[in-house]
Amino acid sequence: MPLIIRLFVAVSLVLCIGIAAARADEADRQQMKGLDEQVQDIKTDVLGIAAELNLLEEKLLYPSGTQLAVFVALAQGDTVRLDAVQIQIDGQPVARYIYSFKELEALRKGGVQRIYVGNVATGTHTIEVAVGGKLEGGADYSHTGEFTFDKGVGPKLVGLTVAGPGSGHEPIELGNW
Amino acid sequence: MDRAPHRWFAFGVAALLAANPCASAELRDLYYGEALFEADQGQFFDALVRLDTELAQHYGLDEPDLDTLHYHVNGAEFSVGDFELNYRMHNRAGRAIRAVLEGNVDEAVRNEAAFRLARIHFQKDQLEEALHALARIQGDVPEEIRDDVEFLRANVYLASGRPHDAVAVLKHMPESADLAGFSAYNLGIALLQDGDVTHAIEQLDRAGQTKARERADLAIRDKSNLVLGTMLFESADFGRSEQTFDRVRLDGPYSNQALLRAGWAEASAGHYDRALVPWGILVEREPTDSAVQEAMLAYPHAYAELEAHGRAAMLYGRALETLSGEIGKVDASIGAIRDGGFLTALTREETRQDRNWVVRLRQLPDAPETFYLTELMASHDFQTALQNYLDLEDLRARLVSWRTSFDAFEDIIRLRAANYEPILPGVDAEFRELDSQMRVRLEQRERIASRLHSMLTAPRPEFLATADERIMAGRLDAISASLQAAGEAPALDLERVARLRGALTWRLETEYHARLTQAHKDLFELDSHVKDLKANYDSFVRSRQAATHSYVGYDAGIARLRDRVDSALQRVTIVMARQGHAIETVAIDQLRSRRERLVAQQTQARYAVADSYDRARSSQPAGAGR
Repeated sequence: MPLIIRLFVAVSLVLCIGIAAARADEADRQQMKGLDEQVQDIKTDVLGIAAELNLLEEKLLYPSGTQLAVFVALAQGDTVRLDAVQIQIDGQPVARYIYSFKELEALRKGGVQRIYVGNVATGTHTIEVAVGGKLEGGADYSHTGEFTFDKGVGPKLVGLTVAGPGSGHEPIELGNW
Repeated sequence: MDRAPHRWFAFGVAALLAANPCASAELRDLYYGEALFEADQGQFFDALVRLDTELAQHYGLDEPDLDTLHYHVNGAEFSVGDFELNYRMHNRAGRAIRAVLEGNVDEAVRNEAAFRLARIHFQKDQLEEALHALARIQGDVPEEIRDDVEFLRANVYLASGRPHDAVAVLKHMPESADLAGFSAYNLGIALLQDGDVTHAIEQLDRAGQTKARERADLAIRDKSNLVLGTMLFESADFGRSEQTFDRVRLDGPYSNQALLRAGWAEASAGHYDRALVPWGILVEREPTDSAVQEAMLAYPHAYAELEAHGRAAMLYGRALETLSGEIGKVDASIGAIRDGGFLTALTREETRQDRNWVVRLRQLPDAPETFYLTELMASHDFQTALQNYLDLEDLRARLVSWRTSFDAFEDIIRLRAANYEPILPGVDAEFRELDSQMRVRLEQRERIASRLHSMLTAPRPEFLATADERIMAGRLDAISASLQAAGEAPALDLERVARLRGALTWRLETEYHARLTQAHKDLFELDSHVKDLKANYDSFVRSRQAATHSYVGYDAGIARLRDRVDSALQRVTIVMARQGHAIETVAIDQLRSRRERLVAQQTQARYAVADSYDRARSSQPAGAGR
């Protein structure tokens, strides 16, 4: 076999098994590994800080006695392309959200978005929800719904499940937690 | 162990690991749903914070069975493991899943936990532990992971140097499974490692002709053809080798290598004219690719072999020019990296918006430092280092933002204290007065209730006399007493008093039941007012407590968190600098290596240009050059 071809085979095999032409040598790898351990330690530490900070923030800004959290989900298997959601509580606009492709995909996979966190007094309140989007065929779709919910002494979680027409679900369903 | 062999069969593992944590059919815990929402967008830090908090709260409850997370707790534990793995926290990943495995769960859940744990061990190169975890899978295996379990088992066997066992597992993988393309390829590699070259070639041939639509399946089919073509080339079966390379898509990730090797296969068979076709395509492609650079020399070499020395000289000249330009680019890249340009390019927002950001780096304007590093960046170790650097940058930004939040929190607390402190003493004094009045009334109510209760068994009509009746009874007692005190009271008067007393007693006795019923009704009505009063009282107490809690007791917590954030920020800054330096060093080493290769190719081209000109000149008829 000519020399140039043998050289080609050697080079090709190296490339074939996916190794970069000049990969980090063992010392570099050990250094990277050591750094990786340190990065993991930092991540653990920062995750702990974030959890504690979340609790502090919640306690300070949204005490349990007045806390209201509103969540948005898509009905399972629904094909409506949700573009935007607007929420009013007791006639006051509190949230307006436009969805990116990634967010919509996450909703379709069963994720739930916390769209609003705020404070309301105990008692009965109204929530008005307006959704806008497109149907599978490309037609515009919008719907508005008004609901009431009771806020007790504990934190209140309100879940809104959005569905397109013909899905067998209500266009907007309110769930209380 | 050397990680290199992993590359041969690691295909599909990434797909396996990227599997989303499955959301339950009916979501009962909104915060768990929120964690899935974050994770699905690749926001694993936020997803972990949310899920860690939820799980800690869940296990801290006296009755966790009443918590909504109870319905998803196994899924949540699995998800934590997945998120940690995706967030490159291998040391922590598996901790939560191990807890599920050791817990009192049914067989299907335990098997899924064992599978996930094995997957984590495999990722961490802990092959013995991975096999041990897989050995715990027995009995009822959930259908959705059945193929994944076997695929993982085969991969672990391969990585452990047990290709024979891997072959046995992969042979039984159903062809219709999602991982069919990957398992077909891996079976070919397993057979090859097992020394069964004939069957390995047959298997790779099958894997290279599978029907595929998904990008990953198409890529693994291309990879099968590339490996098979190379094997056939090595065994000097150039015809089949070339045909196999032809099956690789022209727009796939292995296209350049396939074109280069297809050309060599033709050239090795002496078909230089045919070699011109793939190499001709290749030389027009992105010149930073090593296959393209190699083709720049191979292409004129083919012309030279075809005695077209003039054309060869011209192409060698063009290659010389391009290679010189590329050396300039590499030098510029090294310079830019030394000036910190590479790390700046990595942290650009637009590079992080795309999942294929490593590939996109080549298209970044004004970032020559990235042109030559895509191959390096595609390697696992370097990719991990880069991702760590980006994660550190993300953590740094979060920590800086949190530090600002503390100032805002302290402002809020100060303003709340300024608002409440002057008014609360007055409010408290008023409340104390109302509180004492309320207690008196409540004690009265308790006494009445107790008395009414006792009257059910021991009737006391006089207790239900009205105020007028009580006054009247008092007067009658007084009149009777004064008459008796006077000594000789007229009998008529005493009789009148007795009659009046009798009339009063008659009324009290005959109306007793009606009055007792009415008294209970009144007490019941009073209770509704007492209930409202208590609700208002509780509401006030809560509001009063909330007022204090809104500004008292935060100082120590904020100070501690501030210290933790400062300390973490310091660590992040130090490790980030080290990580950045390590990345730059490896990148510069890589570029130097590429430069050396380019210089060698440049020298080769230079000699080849001269040689081709000489040959072209000598092949011309005498006098033609004048």
